[in-house]
Amino acid sequence: MIPVSHYLFLSLALFAVGVVGVLTRRNVIIMLMSIELILNAVNINLVAFSRLYGSVDGQVFAIFVIADAAAEAAVGLGIILAFFRNRKTIHADEMDLLKW
Amino acid sequence: MTAGTPFFLREAWLVPLFPLATAIAMLFVGRRLSRRAIEYACCASVLVAFLFSLGTFAQLIALPTGHRTIVATVFEWLPAAPVHLAHGGGLGVFGAEWAFQIDPLSVVMLLIVTGVGFLVHVYSIGYMDGESGLYRYFGFMNLFVFMMLVLVTAANLAVMFVGWEGVGLCSYLLIAFHFKKRAAADAAKKAFVVNRVGDAAFLLGIFATSATLGTIRFEEMAPALAAGHFAVGNGALTAIALLLFAGATGKSAQIPLFVWLPDAMEGPTPVSALIHAATMVTAGVYIVARTSVIFAMAPAALLVVALIGALTALAAASMAVVQTDIKKVLAYSTISQLGYMFLACGVGAFAAGIFHLMTHAFFKSLLFLAAGSVIHALAGEQDLRKMGGLAKKLPVTYWVSLVAALALSGVFPFAGFLSKDLILGEAYRQNVLVWVIGYFTAGMTAFYTFRMIFLVFHGEPRGHEEMPVPAHAKHRTMMVPMILLAVLAVTGGWIGWPEALGGSDRLVHFLEPVIGTPNAMRVAPVHGPGSMGGQLRLMVLSELFVALGIFLAWYMYVRRTDLPGVIARRLGKFHEAVWHGYYVNAFYNAVFVSGVKKLALELGAFDRHVIDGVGVRGTAWAMRAASRAAGWWDKWGIDGTVRAGAVGAQVVGALTRYVQTGRVQAYMLFIVAGLVGFLGYYFYLAHHLAAHAMR
Repeated sequence: MIPVSHYLFLSLALFAVGVVGVLTRRNVIIMLMSIELILNAVNINLVAFSRLYGSVDGQVFAIFVIADAAAEAAVGLGIILAFFRNRKTIHADEMDLLKW
Repeated sequence: MTAGTPFFLREAWLVPLFPLATAIAMLFVGRRLSRRAIEYACCASVLVAFLFSLGTFAQLIALPTGHRTIVATVFEWLPAAPVHLAHGGGLGVFGAEWAFQIDPLSVVMLLIVTGVGFLVHVYSIGYMDGESGLYRYFGFMNLFVFMMLVLVTAANLAVMFVGWEGVGLCSYLLIAFHFKKRAAADAAKKAFVVNRVGDAAFLLGIFATSATLGTIRFEEMAPALAAGHFAVGNGALTAIALLLFAGATGKSAQIPLFVWLPDAMEGPTPVSALIHAATMVTAGVYIVARTSVIFAMAPAALLVVALIGALTALAAASMAVVQTDIKKVLAYSTISQLGYMFLACGVGAFAAGIFHLMTHAFFKSLLFLAAGSVIHALAGEQDLRKMGGLAKKLPVTYWVSLVAALALSGVFPFAGFLSKDLILGEAYRQNVLVWVIGYFTAGMTAFYTFRMIFLVFHGEPRGHEEMPVPAHAKHRTMMVPMILLAVLAVTGGWIGWPEALGGSDRLVHFLEPVIGTPNAMRVAPVHGPGSMGGQLRLMVLSELFVALGIFLAWYMYVRRTDLPGVIARRLGKFHEAVWHGYYVNAFYNAVFVSGVKKLALELGAFDRHVIDGVGVRGTAWAMRAASRAAGWWDKWGIDGTVRAGAVGAQVVGALTRYVQTGRVQAYMLFIVAGLVGFLGYYFYLAHHLAAHAMR
């Protein structure tokens, strides 16, 4: 058997990459992709613990997360498209309308 | 003082006030008065003073001999305060009232001052004819008479000192009468400053008297000396005597403070006659006689007085021999004769000194007045070398001068002979060295006096043949006083006609109660110098020497007029030294005057560089520095605080600005950071608690 820590480390690594990506990348579509990566890291975590405790709850939660991620990606892309039509940019640092 | 005191004696304190009144009048209204009014008023006040003095004298001699001291107090001046006596005795009292004392000594001085003073005032009317500022002249002359009268009738040293200073002041004012003339102003300044040196010592003497005897009143001095049981030669008493004498050397122009008198001749001639011959300069002799009780207890001081008197007499006579200015001859002669007076006091013959004071007042002031007449006749010429043959032009002046010269030289039976011989007689008995000096000086006196007479009145006129004699020089107001003085110069000495020649020494006996008798006169021994025979021999001896002096003068200045030049050249350096007054003036100038001037310049430089530099400019610099500092504080401190606030806000803002960048990624970073922080903290706590639980 593969010890559960291996799965946790993998998940951690993916999570870290995703966080770094979201924080660092300028292109908002890459940010969305990084967010997907974070969500999928969480999924790995959930499935790993589900297998560890032999409970199917984790897997169920993971399916929810997948669905949620898909919906979110769709909405997110819609926002980006709408923004792009207005501001003609997809760089995060140029989207600073919240700054006074 | 009893109630029955006669009028003049009781009210003698009024005498000084008559000339004071006219002096004050001159001060206030003098400028507006006519010449006649000034002349009459000022001469009248002195005349009144003289008549009053005569009354005082008459009433005094009516009193029995032992009771001839009257003191009249006008008001309390310096309150008496307890003083611890220096020698350890009981408590003395230092007090002085404004009080006047009439006794034989002061009444003699009163008569001399008012009498000669009156004659000089009258003479001044003619002499000052045509001069401007007459009210100033007579005002100061009257003020002088007032001060001198205060001096001679004072009952204590404090009042006397007022008069002492006052006459010095008037001397200054009168020497510089022509104050626009530089030489006169300088001479007056010199007189006053040199006097001041003596006055300092005099004042110390007054303090010492009070500390040692507990009193400064003259009538209390003898009792205080007796009560204090002082030994003869006591140091404190010697100190007092020397200090008072030092003051006297200043006022009476003795060594070392005589340098002012020749310069004082810059003043008008009547001033020289009155102040610098008859009265002010005699104040020193007066004070020595007045405090003779103290001097009698200090033989060392008496010796100093006698030696200085003798040496001054000799040195001054030698300087008189070489003078070319008529008034300077008389000035040095005065110094010399004053030396004789101090010589007399120094050998204990105080009465003889006062006697000579009196006769000297007559013939010396007469010589000055005659010189004034000569000077006016020659339109201001004072150089003996330019005179000559004036006997024909100024007969009255000539004859009175001759009389005065005979008196000054000490020719029998003129006044000068009797007084000078009394002095020499006493000197021979006490101190032969002093007698030798006095004897030799008498011969020199005759020489220089007649040298002057021959140069002025005899021989051929040297340069003024054509000059007519101005009325100015022969004015009646000038001639009459001169004639009166000439009479006095002849007869004035007869009051002291010695016993050796059949008289009764009346003046000496008159003064006895006050200033004591010459020591050896108490009991005249039969043989030796004290005897009658001895005295006669001395007289004959001195007359011979005087005759020699007159003959030499005649020979050198009438017969062989080339001789003086020859002798001067032969004596070379010595003659030069005498002509320059033994370089005393040069010495004083180099040491004291230059020294003071240098000090003044140094202080001036100090004032300019240090006081002004540090003080003024320094203050300016300090002010600027302070304002710079204040400015710095204002700019950096105050404003800095304000700016610091602003900067602080800026810094805080700069830091917290990132909370609101408007960039989503920044916000997400803060979220993640916070999350990591919390988680870390929880893990740390968990680890720690677990670690604790495990112990």
